[in-house]
Amino acid sequence: MSDYENYLKGSPLEVKVITRRMGIPNSASIDVFLQNDGYQALAKALSMKPDEVINEVKNSGLRGRGGAGFNTGMKWSFVPKQSAKPKYVVCNADESEPGTCKDRPLIEFDPHQLIEGIAIAGYAIQSSQGYIYVRGEYRYLLDILDRALQEAYAHGYLGKNILGSGFNYDIATHTGAGAYECGEETALLNSLEGLRGYPRVKPPFPAVVGLYGGPTVVNNVETLSNVPSIILKGAEWYSKLGSPKNGGTRLFCLSGHINRPGVYELPMGFPLRRIIEEVGGGIPGGKKLKCVIPGGSSCPVLLPEEIDVPMDFDSLAKIGSMLGSGGVVVMDEDTCVVKAALRISKFYAHESCGWCIPCREGTSWLKNLLTRLHAGAGVAEDPDTALDVAFNILGKTLCPLGDAAALPVISMLKKFRHEFEEHVKLGACPYEKRMVGVGH
Amino acid sequence: MLSESLKAKFDQVIARYPLKRSAIVPLLMFGQDEIGHVSDELIQEIARAVEVRPIEVIEDISYYSMLHRQPIGKYNFQVCTNISCLLRGGEAMLEHCSKKLGIGHKQTTADGKFSLEEVECLGACCGAPAMQVNYDFYENLTPEKIDALIEKLNKNGSA
Repeated sequence: MSDYENYLKGSPLEVKVITRRMGIPNSASIDVFLQNDGYQALAKALSMKPDEVINEVKNSGLRGRGGAGFNTGMKWSFVPKQSAKPKYVVCNADESEPGTCKDRPLIEFDPHQLIEGIAIAGYAIQSSQGYIYVRGEYRYLLDILDRALQEAYAHGYLGKNILGSGFNYDIATHTGAGAYECGEETALLNSLEGLRGYPRVKPPFPAVVGLYGGPTVVNNVETLSNVPSIILKGAEWYSKLGSPKNGGTRLFCLSGHINRPGVYELPMGFPLRRIIEEVGGGIPGGKKLKCVIPGGSSCPVLLPEEIDVPMDFDSLAKIGSMLGSGGVVVMDEDTCVVKAALRISKFYAHESCGWCIPCREGTSWLKNLLTRLHAGAGVAEDPDTALDVAFNILGKTLCPLGDAAALPVISMLKKFRHEFEEHVKLGACPYEKRMVGVGH
Repeated sequence: MLSESLKAKFDQVIARYPLKRSAIVPLLMFGQDEIGHVSDELIQEIARAVEVRPIEVIEDISYYSMLHRQPIGKYNFQVCTNISCLLRGGEAMLEHCSKKLGIGHKQTTADGKFSLEEVECLGACCGAPAMQVNYDFYENLTPEKIDALIEKLNKNGSA
């Protein structure tokens, strides 16, 4: 189990929608859930027409919290009304983007909110089966979800003829076994079908041809956890919590060189500077900021002069980065950017599934180049060679893992070129002694 | 022979899917939890249970990082050194575990009690530096916390 304190320190600046039950003792139990508006949204949704549910979610401005930021209601609306094959809702709880740890509190402290969201999504697209794909490392969450599902069945919120509506819905959990790539929706579907987690060619998109060939909605844990509140309080209320076209709140996972690391629920569009300085309490030791990853390791880094950006999908895209998965990783002035780039590259080289050659080869070459650069054994051309390799991965792969590997490295090479050159010139890492706790 | 409870679990998991082979990875995980690694027998049993050839099970095993074909230690230390942990001393924690246990990445102590692995992001970024021992999370690690844990696990009898 996670240490509650680590994740939910709380901040007066938070706007609690999907975290509002966290902190209530036993918040994962169905009794506490029912005492706090639990399953009322499902009852309300079942009294609406499926299309009305989809429109409500569409109008709320809820966008995919896994990283892509696509309008959730829109995604649901792509599912054909008539289908010869069964339709599915798949909840992506294969959280693995470095810097991201929000599925853990969402499932650990409020599993029924997620289950309710999945059931509502199932009703909206007229599916009768949902799956929750949980990353293998999160075994304790699998157990929590299995218990919560049993409770939901026992209380009649899942199963046959839910609340007398005639709607039947089943949800089952599924465990992964360690693979970042399975967080990509088509790779996840292959994995769920018992295959290696290779991505599929799109189109067709999962909404049309997904799990077992049936129309499938794949949504992130945070996305689905927002659905009950939207149904209960309305699209207009939800959309007004955020910034234009970016409805609601967002969980930000604040980590790295920050005084109060934790998961915080803040309105969409909340400025990054205030997240670091006010919510997170600034950088330990009064050190200066060097750069920050705004949304998980696949996002281009931002410089100190760029952090007045409102944290929503469109504002970050405008300055060449991404809101991604909400993982804000802060790096202080003593951080070796070459080391950070190397560690991120090592990750993508390890996780590349090998299906697309530019990614399979490129990620390893990036890792190798950055290894020798960091060790001080690089040559003057290495930064340009690394850029060339990165640009030959970018946009040339079936799934976004290739871009995820290329983008952060490109941003670091462009914004901190002098640091890469300094390593070559010195023949050593100038930060080796300064960077906190790095073993060599 | 697989235990009766594991066989019952297999049946229950397989019933969740319209296509039996969907259960391969969960069965490998639950089987490994009981046996300690993915044995040849486990592969055969799963292949039979989900009606695929054993090679199709093996194809899955080589894809996923948490499945082990060889026995590993009773306590598998999985230390994260990815970006959030790196910034808060993850590499030093890995090095400390390595020195203390006298083993390196993907090695097991001679008594079969401990294994060590450098792993990718565990989703414990706000509690960095972090590790998992088997499925249990240990966060905000310090060398002292690691020492105390190893001492405690050592007292838990032999593997």
